Amino acid sequence: MFAKVWDAHLVEDEGDAPAVLGVDLHLVHEVTSPQAFAALAARGLRARRPDRTVATMDHSVPTAPRDRGGRGPSVLATVDDAGRHQLDTLARNCAAHGIALHGVDGERQGIVHVIGPELGLTHPGMTIVCGDSHTSTHGAFGALAFGIGTSEVAHVLATQALLQRRPRTLRITVDGALPAGVVAKDVILAIIARIGVGGATGCVIEYAGAAIRALDMEARMTVCNMSIEAGARAGMIAPDDTTFAYLAGRPHAPAGAAWDRALALWRALPTDPDARFEREVTLAAAGLAPMVTFGTHPGMGAAIDAPVPDPAGVADADERAALTRALAYMRVEAGRPLLGHPVDVVFVGSCTNGRLSDLRAAASVLRGRRVAAGVRALVVPGSQAVARAAEAEGLDEVFRAAGAEWRTPGCSMCIAMNGDQLAPGQLAVSTSNRNFEGRQGAGGRTVLASPLTAAAAAVTGRVTDPRTLEVAR
Amino acid sequence: MTAPQFTRVTSHAASLVADDVDTDQIIPARFLKVTDRAGLGPALFADFRAGYGAAWPLARPDAAGAQILIVGRNFGCGSSREHAPWALVAAGFRAVIARSFADIFRGNAVKNGLVPVALGDAEHAALVAAVTTDRGTPVTVDLAAEQVEFAGRSAGFTVEPFARRCLLDGVDELGYLQARLPAIAAWERARDGAP
Repeated sequence: MFAKVWDAHLVEDEGDAPAVLGVDLHLVHEVTSPQAFAALAARGLRARRPDRTVATMDHSVPTAPRDRGGRGPSVLATVDDAGRHQLDTLARNCAAHGIALHGVDGERQGIVHVIGPELGLTHPGMTIVCGDSHTSTHGAFGALAFGIGTSEVAHVLATQALLQRRPRTLRITVDGALPAGVVAKDVILAIIARIGVGGATGCVIEYAGAAIRALDMEARMTVCNMSIEAGARAGMIAPDDTTFAYLAGRPHAPAGAAWDRALALWRALPTDPDARFEREVTLAAAGLAPMVTFGTHPGMGAAIDAPVPDPAGVADADERAALTRALAYMRVEAGRPLLGHPVDVVFVGSCTNGRLSDLRAAASVLRGRRVAAGVRALVVPGSQAVARAAEAEGLDEVFRAAGAEWRTPGCSMCIAMNGDQLAPGQLAVSTSNRNFEGRQGAGGRTVLASPLTAAAAAVTGRVTDPRTLEVAR
Repeated sequence: MTAPQFTRVTSHAASLVADDVDTDQIIPARFLKVTDRAGLGPALFADFRAGYGAAWPLARPDAAGAQILIVGRNFGCGSSREHAPWALVAAGFRAVIARSFADIFRGNAVKNGLVPVALGDAEHAALVAAVTTDRGTPVTVDLAAEQVEFAGRSAGFTVEPFARRCLLDGVDELGYLQARLPAIAAWERARDGAP
């Protein structure tokens, strides 16, 4: 599948120089684009294909709760000066270059990797790039989607193409069926724990197997989203009827005869049975459990009931030093499971787990329960559309009744650029994608987990196995 | 805009031999609310250094003025922020020597004249030993020869050939791509099925 998409987008194949790869869709946000637009301005260039470029505001956007229905003052009123300047700069650049922008008060605003799929912009077989490493999310549709730097954002704005070396291929097959209480986030955390944060460097991952096929589109996005946390350039899942059913009728999905033509092309994308991968990894779904991270990168994860590894048992001196430092930073004890560890904050949201199904999962645990005393729980929908859908089925009321904050869409405490952040020393159970030191606020400690596990922690105030809480579904 | 150029640099080296140093450690997200790329030097490792306290290696007097930074495995993993190489360059670094790099960081580095040098484990260990024994050890990164020289030894490395040529000759990548616009437009017409 990767080779089919790659080959179809080769403007020039690689030789001494990298391949020139045509780009179908370029997604833009406020943080990694201003210097790229400035580079164009310095050369007197304009965006070449604004019709294939879509922008949103997400990273710096405040998510303070507003009154029901989103009425009240513009969220812009609460942005700090630097953030406002960055948002204003994006608005000005988009206007100057004729690029569609889903701005802070727009009804389709949201996290870039949430709105692309929900608008139907993301199609199987596309090349999609964005100045954001979690662009791998869109690979859930069988697109080749990857993060780029700001220099490359300028390249794509100016030419709608990129210079790229062909990556290697890695297939990760998850056989069997997931046990109850084990979800997509647990699958990808288990994969990263298995292959390591550099385990897929230089590779495009294809996720395959019965457990992957059984996932809905939102769960597939969760898996592909964190491909970068294993070092991969991209992650892909072959499109199938689940994919096509998700896409049908979306605003930017093909319609009528164009749909039929697209469908024929999309059905030809899946990997041929005799295709060779440069590397293969296989996991058994039945052996997976809810996962939590105990350290300071996403590869430092374990089953929630498994003991945190002891540095004394690590042979490699550098790895031993890294684990020792990580456990000291996290104030986590080796040799015991993380279960029962006290929690200060719970964050449900992000491009990893900020979609409707994620909010439903968290609500299934919180319904009829209360957030534990002393715990702050934030629920941040991934987009305005997710927020509306959640409110239509009363999830916002479930969260509020439980004592959680129902906030407005944005990246929020995943990257902590907008004021939503941990105080030094606080520990969060978070549905986001990175537990790096200080990621959620300087001195903050992050435990990555699924929405079920995060909600369970909110209820008990401790790291809790969601399988031990009775859930009304 | 002029393309960055690099041929060789000789300098003493600063050592931060840790693995999996992610771009959030290189420059925390709160410093990303800028709309230009200048002045990010003080943001470099702004929070990561706190974990080292007085032992922060880049604060050593003998690390001052170093143009070469020695790190461990998988340097620059995580976020795609190009602010990471911008901050390293603003702090005076011209080359980073690692056991391995994350892909996006490696690509961002060369576009800013920061040479990512990946050494084999034995050669990396020898370099770390040499600069630990004598912090003033001059280290040369020679991009033309793809060699690192230190303490009478030399170790080979490779940089992606096109990126290397761009750095050696000052080739502007965007200009190179712009020269391919006719082919890009032709590819688009074929894709879109237009006549």
